[in-house]
Amino acid sequence: MIRHDDFELLRGIVKSRSGLTLSPDKAYLLENRLMAVARKWGMNDIDGLAAAVRGGPNEELLREITEAMTTNETLFFRDQSPFEQLQKVVLPRLMASRKEARHIRIWSAGCSSGQEPYSISMILREQSALFKDWRIDILATDISRTMLDKARAGLYTQFEVQRGLPIAMLMKHFKQAGDKWELDPSIRAMVEFREFNLLGDPGTLGRFDIVFLRNVLIYLDQPTKAQVLEKVCRQMPTDGVLYMGGAETVMGVTEKFQPVSEHRGMYRVTAGGPSQWKTPPASIASNA
Amino acid sequence: MKSCLVVDDSRVIRMVARKIMEELAFEVVEAEDGKVAIERCNQGMPDAVLLDWHMPVMDGLEFLHALRRLPGGDKPKVVFCTTKNDLEHIQEAIKAGADEYIMKPFDSEIIQSKFMQVGLL
Repeated sequence: MIRHDDFELLRGIVKSRSGLTLSPDKAYLLENRLMAVARKWGMNDIDGLAAAVRGGPNEELLREITEAMTTNETLFFRDQSPFEQLQKVVLPRLMASRKEARHIRIWSAGCSSGQEPYSISMILREQSALFKDWRIDILATDISRTMLDKARAGLYTQFEVQRGLPIAMLMKHFKQAGDKWELDPSIRAMVEFREFNLLGDPGTLGRFDIVFLRNVLIYLDQPTKAQVLEKVCRQMPTDGVLYMGGAETVMGVTEKFQPVSEHRGMYRVTAGGPSQWKTPPASIASNA
Repeated sequence: MKSCLVVDDSRVIRMVARKIMEELAFEVVEAEDGKVAIERCNQGMPDAVLLDWHMPVMDGLEFLHALRRLPGGDKPKVVFCTTKNDLEHIQEAIKAGADEYIMKPFDSEIIQSKFMQVGLL
């Protein structure tokens, strides 16, 4: 059983470095996850780990403690509808309004092992003729180096490729590599992965027309959620689109974004964004 | 209520699949091989078929070919559920008219995901 002062010390580190909030009833979770870190660093228990932390600054140890507490649950085409909206509504509309620049930037924030940004890149590949002469950047970020390494490798287990990924996509974009499935290098090359802490300044990442921030903020407290959303908003144009998880909301958190009533989980920038995000006229959809 | 025909020569697999499909609000009918499955389809075409590949009497692929030739046999969504976990078998199944493909072992999450893919959830 973890000591109270050790729990307070370790959850304080996790909170200050990632925003992740751990209530006292999550002490068991912290203990379970940090035991692996303790053993890796040659300690037998959480007491030893806490003592090492108290012993002086060790950036690598603190980073591993934080990383161990992140939740990396993800799957291809999670919830389906955001990806259908992206394909049928959002991209056609943004393409219509960016005919001159022919450049769209997408950010998958908290990308974990890469299924979300790769789902986006597979959609783009499926419609590659429509994006001819367009530059579509997909930046995927996560706080966890372990997850980013896995994402860059593009190697997924049989279990992972059966969660959300249509069989036609598996056949088209993956090949077997031993007991795993490897995503086509050309799909992987469409995504740039970068380590980024959402508590940091996204100004360093540039501006984004579309942001996927799905099922990430659920682990943060309200003030931290608001700060992150306000910083994200500053990186978006007035017609930008934010996606959050189906069970998440901006209500009571920030007024920077407004839900798009026709599309669950989709939000527009409050200031100046189009008031309606309905399916575009057929002429726009077919051109996009 | 939608119906699902679970075709597998393993009684245990049929039992597990039945439990999962019933939790997903499907009415479940079972068959232990392709021949029995064709008889079941002649009695009433299901909305979906969860189909093993290797079975005695008539295997999954033979069943699929026979099903698609039956009147109304183009309607059921067929989801293979098999230990044949390689790309060649997947391609063969899809070419023969399967709608989705599950590589065993499976769990309720995978089945749910695949039945969403075929539009039955």
